[in-house]
Amino acid sequence: MIQIESLHKHYGVVHALDGLDMTVKPGVVFGFLGPNGAGKTTTLRILAGLARPTSGRVVVAGVNLASDGRTLSHRIGYLSEEPVFYPWLTPREYLDMLGRLHGIDTTRRAVRVKELLELVNLAEAGKRRIGGFSHGMRQRLGLAAALVHTPEVLLLDEPVSALDPSGRKEVLELIEHLSGQCTILMSSHILADVERVCNVVGIISRGRMIVQSPREELMDRYAQPVFEAEGEDAGVVKRWAEMVRRQSWATAISLDGDRLRVTVSDVKRARRELLVSAVAQGVTLRRYEELRPSLEDVFLQLVDKETIQ
Amino acid sequence: MNFLIMLRKELMEQWRTKRILVVAAVLVIFGLASPLLAKVTPDMLKLIPNAPAALAGLFPTPTVADAVSQYIKNMGQFGVLLALLMSMGSVAQEKERGTAAMLLTHPVSRLTFLLAKFVALAFTFAVSLAVAALGCWYYTLLLFKALPWGPFLALNGLMLLVFLVYVAVTLLCSTLVRTQGAAAGLSFAAMVIIAGVGSLPPIDDYFPGRLFSWGGMLVLGGGDPAWAAFWISLGIIVLALAIAWLCFEREEI
Repeated sequence: MIQIESLHKHYGVVHALDGLDMTVKPGVVFGFLGPNGAGKTTTLRILAGLARPTSGRVVVAGVNLASDGRTLSHRIGYLSEEPVFYPWLTPREYLDMLGRLHGIDTTRRAVRVKELLELVNLAEAGKRRIGGFSHGMRQRLGLAAALVHTPEVLLLDEPVSALDPSGRKEVLELIEHLSGQCTILMSSHILADVERVCNVVGIISRGRMIVQSPREELMDRYAQPVFEAEGEDAGVVKRWAEMVRRQSWATAISLDGDRLRVTVSDVKRARRELLVSAVAQGVTLRRYEELRPSLEDVFLQLVDKETIQ
Repeated sequence: MNFLIMLRKELMEQWRTKRILVVAAVLVIFGLASPLLAKVTPDMLKLIPNAPAALAGLFPTPTVADAVSQYIKNMGQFGVLLALLMSMGSVAQEKERGTAAMLLTHPVSRLTFLLAKFVALAFTFAVSLAVAALGCWYYTLLLFKALPWGPFLALNGLMLLVFLVYVAVTLLCSTLVRTQGAAAGLSFAAMVIIAGVGSLPPIDDYFPGRLFSWGGMLVLGGGDPAWAAFWISLGIIVLALAIAWLCFEREEI
């Protein structure tokens, strides 16, 4: 559905995108991850037709951006990080105007506007001026605006970053609801959100794609299990940490007072040997836990590696 | 089709933000006040206590020519100022706030976006000037005598053309920059150049300001037509809009 090949975008000497390659298959919810300044927003703005690439090939929904970009607006929906509207319009009027621009006839438009306002939970505020809307309401209206013409591809730039927890929950539920109805490309730096709604993840750093894979595959391939323990005596825990460090299955160790965190390469051996070593060192444990590796661990691991390189 | 949708949006914006009412109110007030001021100014000066007797002689009995020249002077100043104030933020503000980006990801060409703004502003000034002209004509009739309809209409048409020159140039300035403040500064500089350079003889015959005096002569009789200024004004409008479009088309929003 989205095919990006060797995409470059230069702002003077700054290379915002430096040969980005990316493929988004139809129907997926693609989580586009990366640290600040990695090129996520630039990529989405190029896909939405708001910025021009310096070089490279971009095809969205079968439309080549370079040769036929003007027709793309009928096939994509775009939601910026902080959507802004004309404060003197009502949501109903705004969505109706967008429907007109997309050539939707009067009857279908009325139905669609009503449907969308209900979907984003703004039916009751449909006749109120947008000027008085909260951040969350504007974000939900932005989502409705992006969906007015039932696009094949939905581009969401940090759709929940600026929202409070309840607003985030509402918007994420909406995105989950849309899953399967269209292809969604969603950029974010909130990894828990991506983990919740996206089935494919791409990690970008310094304008290049580091890795792109279905979420579960990515976790299987890169996520290393982590054990965390808290002892009663910090000195004894420190001695235990020194011993664990010498084990071949311990890939990373961090000690914070009486709390030890061990990243392991061989989870079975670690399960067998870690507790035994604690007993051998006379550690009295207050807490011992095998943590489920998160997308955040994978992200940090890959981005850190890329930064070091 | 999308042009009409965008034009409707622009007109709705002008109505709901009361901008059209502000333009209409200012122009109507000065339209009505022009013949009135022409009529009462000499009498008011005569009423100044201890005024030298010679002062009264300096102000002959007001005529319809005074009403017309007062009207041209007022409209020339306030109309141009309003053209600047109304247009300077029209594109820059939308870019600055992000509303332009929200809209331009839908099927709206940048040319449509700009033209809708220009036509809506032209409509606002045309309607406001029409009401102001009607008021001026009626008060002139009451205080002096009836102005000839045709020439007075032509005078207002020429004034509208001058306003539209400033609207188009300001719209261009608003397109070239990203903030409303920068647009205001650039527009003001453009106004100073057009009005300042255009008042210097002998090139004043070719600048939009010459259309005011041509309009006055049409109403009061005498003088030469200023077709060069007319065509140049039209040319400035077309050129300013074309440059604005080309720059906007290349710009990343």
